[in-house]
Amino acid sequence: MPLVGFFIGDVVLLVLGGAALAWGRQRRGSDAVYGATLVLSLVAFVAALAHLLGASGTAETLVLPLGLPWSGAHFRIDALSAFFLAVVDFGAAAASLYAIGYGRHEHEPLRVLPFFPVFLAGMNLVLIADDAFTFLLAWEFMSLASWALVMAHHREAGNLRAGLVYVTMASAGTFALLLAFGLLAGTDGDFTFAAIRAHGPTPVVAAVVLGLVLFGTGSKAGLVPLHVWLPLAHPAAPSHVSALMSGVMTKVAIYGFMRVTFDLLGTPSWWWGIPVLITGATTAVIGVLFALVQSDLKRVLAYSTIENIGVIFVALGLALAFLGNGFTAAAALAMTAALFHVLNHSLFKNLLFFGAGAVLTATGSRDLGRMGGLLNRMPATGLFVLIGCAAISALPPLNGFVSEWLVFQAILLSPALWSWALKLLIPAVGAMLALAAALAGACFVRAYGIAFLGRPRGPEASDAREVDRWSLTAMGVLAVLCLLTGIFPGVVIDALAPIVQAAIGAAMPSQSAIAWLSIAPIAESRSSYNGLLVFFFIVSSALLAAYAIHRFASAAIRRAPAWDCGFPEADPITQYSAESFSQPVRRVFGNFAFRARERVEMPPPGDLRPARFEVTLVDLAWEMLYAPLIGVVGRVADVLNRVQFLTIRQYLSLVFAALVFLLLVLASWG
Amino acid sequence: MDRLSFDIAHLVAGGLVLVSFMLLYQDRLFALLNMFALQAVVLALSVGWQAYVQDAPHLYITAAITLAFKAIVIPVALHRIVARLGIHREVETVVATVPTMLAGIALVSLSMVVMLRVTQGADALAREDLAFALSVVLLGLLMMVTRRNAVSQVVGFMSLENGLILAATGAKGMPLVVEISVAFSILIALIVIGIFLFRIRERFDSVDLQALDESRGESR
Repeated sequence: MPLVGFFIGDVVLLVLGGAALAWGRQRRGSDAVYGATLVLSLVAFVAALAHLLGASGTAETLVLPLGLPWSGAHFRIDALSAFFLAVVDFGAAAASLYAIGYGRHEHEPLRVLPFFPVFLAGMNLVLIADDAFTFLLAWEFMSLASWALVMAHHREAGNLRAGLVYVTMASAGTFALLLAFGLLAGTDGDFTFAAIRAHGPTPVVAAVVLGLVLFGTGSKAGLVPLHVWLPLAHPAAPSHVSALMSGVMTKVAIYGFMRVTFDLLGTPSWWWGIPVLITGATTAVIGVLFALVQSDLKRVLAYSTIENIGVIFVALGLALAFLGNGFTAAAALAMTAALFHVLNHSLFKNLLFFGAGAVLTATGSRDLGRMGGLLNRMPATGLFVLIGCAAISALPPLNGFVSEWLVFQAILLSPALWSWALKLLIPAVGAMLALAAALAGACFVRAYGIAFLGRPRGPEASDAREVDRWSLTAMGVLAVLCLLTGIFPGVVIDALAPIVQAAIGAAMPSQSAIAWLSIAPIAESRSSYNGLLVFFFIVSSALLAAYAIHRFASAAIRRAPAWDCGFPEADPITQYSAESFSQPVRRVFGNFAFRARERVEMPPPGDLRPARFEVTLVDLAWEMLYAPLIGVVGRVADVLNRVQFLTIRQYLSLVFAALVFLLLVLASWG
Repeated sequence: MDRLSFDIAHLVAGGLVLVSFMLLYQDRLFALLNMFALQAVVLALSVGWQAYVQDAPHLYITAAITLAFKAIVIPVALHRIVARLGIHREVETVVATVPTMLAGIALVSLSMVVMLRVTQGADALAREDLAFALSVVLLGLLMMVTRRNAVSQVVGFMSLENGLILAATGAKGMPLVVEISVAFSILIALIVIGIFLFRIRERFDSVDLQALDESRGESR
């Protein structure tokens, strides 16, 4: 009760703050706003974490006489909401801290400031809602606030389209959720989650609801083929908002999926995992392939978000599959992996978007083709982004490795299942995940290498300066947390146990008892991982290698070649570019993943034009799904447009015909 | 309720539907207006009988209002409008009489089927009343759809409203305030429509609605 009340107070304060800003039109309030959201989010984070660690397993509820008059607004915080509240509010706090510095470069602060606290409020409200009406209201509130933030820089090319696509997809998703909750509530019309839990849907209704929820939350999280808005909208927002949308808002969507599938729908059938696994694996591979060929830094990150969402959905699909077949221990492992990856992705995706924002501030560009050599000019940002890149590429000893390793541990348990469909599907999904993980590594080697290593490719990069301390502090905190959660994963796994216990009825074995901070998901004899050991090994071997190079190689006499292979003064343009680095992958996967076409235009001898090399990439989801859909809508609209120009008598006849038709339906009903 | 009062109510309400049919095939405007006045008289009779049967004195007021406005004020006003517009000789034929009458019969049977099935629990008088009222409403709409002249559209609209009054008085416990306000809104609608008729006439030299469509650049 006090906790829920606190969170509602938090939400109200944030909304009122946003409204006051919009009302007051105070242009200089940037520091104050972000300072206030920082404090509020930190307090909320501590409260949620305390609930998660302290009163594990208990749920607090509160009913307020708001919303629908006959039911009121129900709120509830259990372990699952507390975990997601902690993730959201920590991300919000980090973004606020970052924005104290970053927000000073904003040209039109009033387009961002009022909506930022409102957006945070919307996300918090979704997580504490305990009836369908409040949930959908909060969900739409969150969508609209984030849409306003996407449209903050609406004069830049492409942002208007991004906003349009985003708001359309968000509405479609909410509509699917509306139908899902309508089906769940049944004919009684009681929309509280408690009532939905109590009466339990029939198998057919449950299957339809599963599909609708996968659509509704998937469109928010960015599941393929519902992802098209994400790489447009996330980069369009200011960087701290991009970080929140990518790192945190997608997690709210995952919360919605988990709340419905693991809580409201009751016990899963054996096949429920299959659609989730297939979409998750497709999402992971397609997302990372597109991330690999982008040349806009923030778009790389947005597509990488799609990949990580795919990984999380694969883990959730595994949990559903194991749970539906009665393997609760394995389901607990998969769900722990999913939640762990939720946490990790919120940490390193925020970090990387902050880094991208820092690069954008320093160079004024998001184009990888104009960067290079930023490590020398922005050493601290470079270090933090390196940690983030290593973490998102799932390199030990960082946190990304642990969660993906746990996912693979769950995949390795699949032979125990009795269903042949799952037995065959899950290893295939595992192979796709492995492919995605490897490509993610390549993607971030490319992104980091092109941006931070080598030599500057343009004057923007060579004149770059390190960003302010606020931004650096935010990035530093996140980088340290990436490292800490990677080294001490057992602590996190134990903290996640009550959530998994509540959702599945089993939990992973306690990790704190295992010596030397190792983690062993099933049994120590089978597999175990010790982040601390790996960390010490990497640090010591790196130090040894560095010492050896400096001691032996640097001291040796070096002779430089006289002609330097014909490049005595190599131009920065001769370096690997972002496009050339991804060319092998583009060649291999290009034909079926993006229908890539390469065209070389060679001017004839004597012509002084430069030769041109053009690559066209097509998002097949857009071309095969959305373009036909838009065409159909356009044609239908053309046909219906004629209805706008009827005579009065024809309008009357339409009304009359509709009335008679309805009466006929009524007459033939019984 | 005794048999006689039910039969009388049935008779009067049925008479209302009959007058609606008579409205359908009037192609002269003055005859149409007379028929409309007759319909209002029948409606007033029906309402008055309901007031007697239900022992609801306020329905007498409704009946009086109906008689005063619908049977006298509105027909007279429309009469004068038609006379001043000089269109009393006009004959309008959009849809031929026979198909219109057939459609009307189909509509009446449809409303009988629907209403008698839907209102199975209610008492017999209310059921009959509702079925007849729906018939009158549908016939009024049919008239609006099949006519082209603005005045006959107005009459169609008013007769549709007569059906609503019949439905309202058939159901017990309709407050007087609602009926009075409906009656006044109809009066105001008449004033507005009358003004519009003259404006249309001024602009287009005709109250044929086809002229409006032609001025929008579409001739159908």
